[in-house]
Amino acid sequence: MGLGRFFTLFTAVIMPLGSVLASEEVGHSEHSSAPVEHVADEHATDEAHAPKEEGFNPNELIMHHIADSHGWHILDWDGHAVSLPLPVILWTNDGLVVFSSSEFHHDTEGHHVVNAGGQQFVNKHEKIYYAGTEDKPLDFSITKNVLSLIMGAVLIVLIFLSAARFYAKNTNKAPRGLASFVEPLILFVRDDIARGAIPEKHLNRFVPYLLTLFFFIWVNNLLGLVPFFPGGANLTGNIAVTLVLAAFTLIITNVNGTKDYWMHIVWMPGVPTPLKPILALIELIGVFTKPFSLMIRLFANITAGHILVLSLVSLIFIFESVWISPGSIVLTLFISTLELLVAALQAYVFTMLTAMSFGAAVEEHHHDDHAHAEGHH
Amino acid sequence: MTGSIAAIGAGLAVIGVGLGIGRIGGQAMDAIARQPEASGKIQTAMLISAAFIEGVGLFGVVVSLLK
Amino acid sequence: MDLVTPGLGLIVWTTIVFLILVFLLGKFAWKPILSAVQAREEAIDQALKQAESARAEMGKLQASNEQLLKQAREEREAIVKEGRAMRDAMVAEAKESASVEAAKILESARTQIHQEKMAAVTELKNQVAQLAVDMAEKVLRAELAQPEVAKANIDRDLKDLNLN
Repeated sequence: MGLGRFFTLFTAVIMPLGSVLASEEVGHSEHSSAPVEHVADEHATDEAHAPKEEGFNPNELIMHHIADSHGWHILDWDGHAVSLPLPVILWTNDGLVVFSSSEFHHDTEGHHVVNAGGQQFVNKHEKIYYAGTEDKPLDFSITKNVLSLIMGAVLIVLIFLSAARFYAKNTNKAPRGLASFVEPLILFVRDDIARGAIPEKHLNRFVPYLLTLFFFIWVNNLLGLVPFFPGGANLTGNIAVTLVLAAFTLIITNVNGTKDYWMHIVWMPGVPTPLKPILALIELIGVFTKPFSLMIRLFANITAGHILVLSLVSLIFIFESVWISPGSIVLTLFISTLELLVAALQAYVFTMLTAMSFGAAVEEHHHDDHAHAEGHH
Repeated sequence: MTGSIAAIGAGLAVIGVGLGIGRIGGQAMDAIARQPEASGKIQTAMLISAAFIEGVGLFGVVVSLLK
Repeated sequence: MDLVTPGLGLIVWTTIVFLILVFLLGKFAWKPILSAVQAREEAIDQALKQAESARAEMGKLQASNEQLLKQAREEREAIVKEGRAMRDAMVAEAKESASVEAAKILESARTQIHQEKMAAVTELKNQVAQLAVDMAEKVLRAELAQPEVAKANIDRDLKDLNLN
């Protein structure tokens, strides 16, 4: 299909580029790691003044963007940060405490003490501490990423429930409107991702989950690429989100694992007996490394994309020259376009590998020796 | 520019990954040129193997992120 | 580092939201959409199959029509051939019987003619004999009336006889 051709055309470009993006990230994280401790925190208050005062530090801006935060910083207006206050929800030693993030007054240095529920809290580097201690309450705040997550989820539900309404009203008609937009995507997931990986008998069991997974990742990737308020959160580039998604893959795969699947892990058939324990060890590690690489892949790709775009925009401020802006804009446009593709590609790869994992779990192979060597790449 | 030795390691990992994925892409192009009717299957296999190799590179990157 | 340390809050929220999404979409979006798509695919499949079978039926009908036509043509030809054969046979028979009849008539005519001829010949013979007798009687009478002539004739005859 068209999408497939699109992928072919660009994969040779993107995959190495993905690695380049990643290496870019290394550079930034390397020299950001030391200063970020004390610089990034001032960011929310100081960002507006930063260029005037002490020169512009792109690491600070980038790290602030990449990380999660308790308030959603929308823009700076006339030297003041305009941000959306979000609820801070804490599970303390004395129970649940809720207050607005605006009570920190943009302080992330731990100076401003908030009194709530008879306790005192400070915000240090976007982590909430009991004031004056190094102890942290459990933090279930609706942060920027959580809000983005909820908005993304609402968007997905709106799109697909309204598309589903078309099918409820019209049977056996060609799709129109929203349905005609989402149907090829749904069929792409079902036929090009799931069908090749999962045996036909088990297909219907897994397709709904794979569809949810694919659109969840894709829509949130795209929302992350929107450069202004309702988007722009680095949600799918946050390791917690990718951790949860990878954990779901791990759990569903192993819960559905057949006897055949477990036999292949703990006592590989068709291999000389002395090798079997060694293979079992490798396979057992493999059970965890596969979802782990899923987690890292999505996280690193999306984070690297955000870092690259922000770095290119930062060029203007680094050189403090308006003449840099055309080049910066062209490069940003180019990378952003590429990131649109990466957003779809990473959703595809994550879903594809998850589908293959499910497929391997439920597959009953009547294998001879070399068939299974192929089955375990 | 400050940095740690891990960054060099990550860079080395990325070189390997770049070469590997470049090779996959090139070979896939070759294969598609030779058998255009099998392009769908080749694409899938290509993306998957590229994703696996890329995963190795990303491990290197994450090591450097770990500080 | 911070970047690769997952935060508990986001883990919990992602799990909750993602599970809700899986449930909501699974029940209210994927199920109706996938079943509708599958139903449509099946309907299209069935329609195609029906069209195919209709076409096959049509083809079969056409073939049988042709078969019928061919059969009719063959039958007609057979009938015509049979008629022709019958006509030929009849003509031949008629010819045969006619020629037989003709031969019969001819034969009887021939016998009759023969008989008539024989009768005529017999009568002619009788008349000639009578005439000869009469003539002989008249000659004899004339001869006998002129003995020298008779004698001369007899001599000449004798002469002739001697020559023989």
